[in-house]
Amino acid sequence: MTNVVLNEGLSQYSRLFIYLAMAIYTFSFLAYALNLSRQASEDKSVRAVASRTERVALVLLIVSAAIHGAGVVMRAISVSRVPWGNMYEFSITGSFVIVAIFIAAQFFVRDIKFIAILVSGFALLVLGAATTIFYVEVKSLMPALQNYWLYIHVSVAVLATAFFNIAAALSVAFLFKSSAFITKRKNAIAKPLGRVLAVFPAENKLEKLAYRFNIIGFILWTFTLIAGAIWAERAWHRYWGWDTKEVWTFIIWTLYAGYLHANATRGWSGKRSAWLSLIGFAAVIFNFTIVNLFFKGLHVYSGLK
Amino acid sequence: MASSQQFESPEIGLKGWARWFWRQLTSMRTALLLLLLLAAAAIPGSVYPQRSADPNGVTAFFDAEPQLAAVLDKFQIFDVYTSNWFSAIYILLFISLIGCVVPRTRVHFDNLRAAPPSAPRNFARMPSNKTVKSKKANVVALAEQILRKQGYRVVATKTTVAAERGYLRETGNLIFHFSLIGVLIAVGIGGGLSYSGQRVLIEGETFVNNLAGYDSLSPGTFFNENRLTPFSVKLDKFNVIFDIKNQTNIGTPLDFKAQVTSKIGANGKATSGVIRVNEPLELPNANLYLTGNGYAPVVTVRDANGNISFSGPTAFLPQDKNYTSLGVYKLPDAKPQQFGMISFFYPTVDKLTTGAKTSIFPDPINPLLTMNVYVGDLGLDGGVPKNVYSLDIAKMKQVAGGKSGVKGLELTKGQTVALPNGMGTVTFDSLKRFISLDISYNPGEGWILLFALLALGGLILSLLVPRRRVWVRKTTDGFELAALARGDDPTLEKIIAELADEIKKAKLD
Ligand code: HEM
Repeated sequence: MTNVVLNEGLSQYSRLFIYLAMAIYTFSFLAYALNLSRQASEDKSVRAVASRTERVALVLLIVSAAIHGAGVVMRAISVSRVPWGNMYEFSITGSFVIVAIFIAAQFFVRDIKFIAILVSGFALLVLGAATTIFYVEVKSLMPALQNYWLYIHVSVAVLATAFFNIAAALSVAFLFKSSAFITKRKNAIAKPLGRVLAVFPAENKLEKLAYRFNIIGFILWTFTLIAGAIWAERAWHRYWGWDTKEVWTFIIWTLYAGYLHANATRGWSGKRSAWLSLIGFAAVIFNFTIVNLFFKGLHVYSGLK
Repeated sequence: MASSQQFESPEIGLKGWARWFWRQLTSMRTALLLLLLLAAAAIPGSVYPQRSADPNGVTAFFDAEPQLAAVLDKFQIFDVYTSNWFSAIYILLFISLIGCVVPRTRVHFDNLRAAPPSAPRNFARMPSNKTVKSKKANVVALAEQILRKQGYRVVATKTTVAAERGYLRETGNLIFHFSLIGVLIAVGIGGGLSYSGQRVLIEGETFVNNLAGYDSLSPGTFFNENRLTPFSVKLDKFNVIFDIKNQTNIGTPLDFKAQVTSKIGANGKATSGVIRVNEPLELPNANLYLTGNGYAPVVTVRDANGNISFSGPTAFLPQDKNYTSLGVYKLPDAKPQQFGMISFFYPTVDKLTTGAKTSIFPDPINPLLTMNVYVGDLGLDGGVPKNVYSLDIAKMKQVAGGKSGVKGLELTKGQTVALPNGMGTVTFDSLKRFISLDISYNPGEGWILLFALLALGGLILSLLVPRRRVWVRKTTDGFELAALARGDDPTLEKIIAELADEIKKAKLD
């Protein structure tokens, strides 16, 4: 690690690619929105062309993900290390993994394609925050971060986040679909929204899918927690010290343990567990944003002053 | 309905209440609520500074808002993770856990030995079922053979086969929950037996592992001095590499590396080793971690009579990332009067626009040492231990630097300058570095890791191994199948369809 070469020129190209990916994500997002509105149309001829819109949206999503991925790889090469040394890098890598897992997963689990609009919208949001709030110049890693446990710990955390994210999107769809506001379809907003949601998979299907993504996420998160403790023992001479980041990792773990219990507890499966799935994911996001930026602790790796 | 309600006996008694309480405590709903409560209770510890992780933060909080701090302190907000209320929640949770897992283990052992439950009368009621037309006579024997090969436990009668698989799911679940208890116990005992201490070590110095060798030591409850294994560690050299090539990265540390020689026991063999930020030196019952570093200028002070009142390196505290560093000298034996000096060290000195000095690079490219001199009572005779990094100037008079009217001393490496008023001279002989070491040991760590990995393994089994029952029954014109899963199993339909196909195609071995 003593001979780093930082390639600033390449990092500028990386940034350009990220902007380009954002533009195409936007088109993908709009195409998915158009697709949903067409599928929900009362006019049969409009519904007929919806599947074409959906294909266009998917192609756009794949193209933007490919450009996004190239941007991440270029950033990695420009800093000659893994691209998750600070919040900017963590954001671009994390959102790429989320989109990539979603694209791969929908070929295995057809029913999740309906949340594509949430996934592309989320990626857009994360990249927007990354390029405006979190952006930092290329930098080498501080010695405390130079450890292969960092690679393991962080890459698994990113993966877990991706699974939690898809599950949360499914839970959002579930909650919308089962809310009385929508099912009664009384007013001008609820009616068309209800028709859009009618296109989505059935409630129990959404619930089960969310569960399956959450259990993978939970296993990965458990591993993240253990790997983090091993790394903390090396770097900070204690495996656990209730540092703010450790506290939030623990809170997230406990919330999802609660979610898993809720699924086996009478009166708690369904809406309540869906809310827990959302609260868990909110904690993941909180941990990454607010805790990194505003809380004091050893893990402050945002790279921002 | 009120009229048909059974009134309980008025004397439920203590035993009745205890049983009721126990049932509530070990219910799934309580476990869930306690888990959520634990998550919520952990939050304040990330909002307010904690004595364990950030004692200076707590002091600062008390200074800033003394009244609020006093109130919060009553509720143990600055010690959340050892507080009564936090402990109460997790202890209740673990009692609930034990009360939950022990009976389930018993049930599971019985299940492991029991035969799969016999076929339900009405297959149509099962979540997945299928009827198949077939002329085969030996359907039962075929189904038994196929299911056995697939790892099912099978019981066959003349017309039906009952099969079950996936006992590992529950086994995994139990391993997971028991391992959590293991983690908790290992954390508790390990914490009691552990200790951690700090030591500042300058290049050339040797740390000897006994109580006197530590600058500070915080032992666990069951720790005693005899647990310190005799060994010594000498810091031969401390190497630092800062980036000087990459524009956006200049001055960023790339590597810290302490080269040491250790000896175990009184007459041990000298072994050389390396300590890095993520690579502690592992010695018997102690790990040595590199936690900080800085400069230790070597200085000789001569008094008015030319006698040496001080000579050697002094550890300076770094004040910023370019290692502008602060050090203190106390010279109680100087003649004719004792004096002290507050000193700044700049590895690569430069002037700010305000005229103040600063360091612009962390390596000693252009090192400068400055000193302000104070005469008067150093306050060392009171017997009260004094902080080596601060000089109490309350009863002293500044004679060089600041507003004293005399310029402060400035020394480049190798230079000797005179103190004011003929008090003597100061020589900046050479420059060394120091490291801060954390020396600590927790015998529970291996156990914690073991139980944590067991928990992870149990979790994977319990969430991913499908547990299901399958039944096959011969009918007059073919056979029927049914399947039931524990939890959600999207593959049930497929499994039944495949089994039906296999039975149709199969031949007996
Ligand atoms: C330290 C506290 C606890 C934690 C962290 C915890 C965590 C978990 C997790 C992660 C699961 C899902 C994985 C699996 O199925 O094995 C689970 C399942 C389960 N837990 Fe716990 N648990 C705790 C306490 C309890 C207690 C007190 C009970 C009893 C009331 C309990 C009963 C169960 C049961 C019955 C399941 C299986 C649920 C199912 O069938 O899906 N747990 N627990």
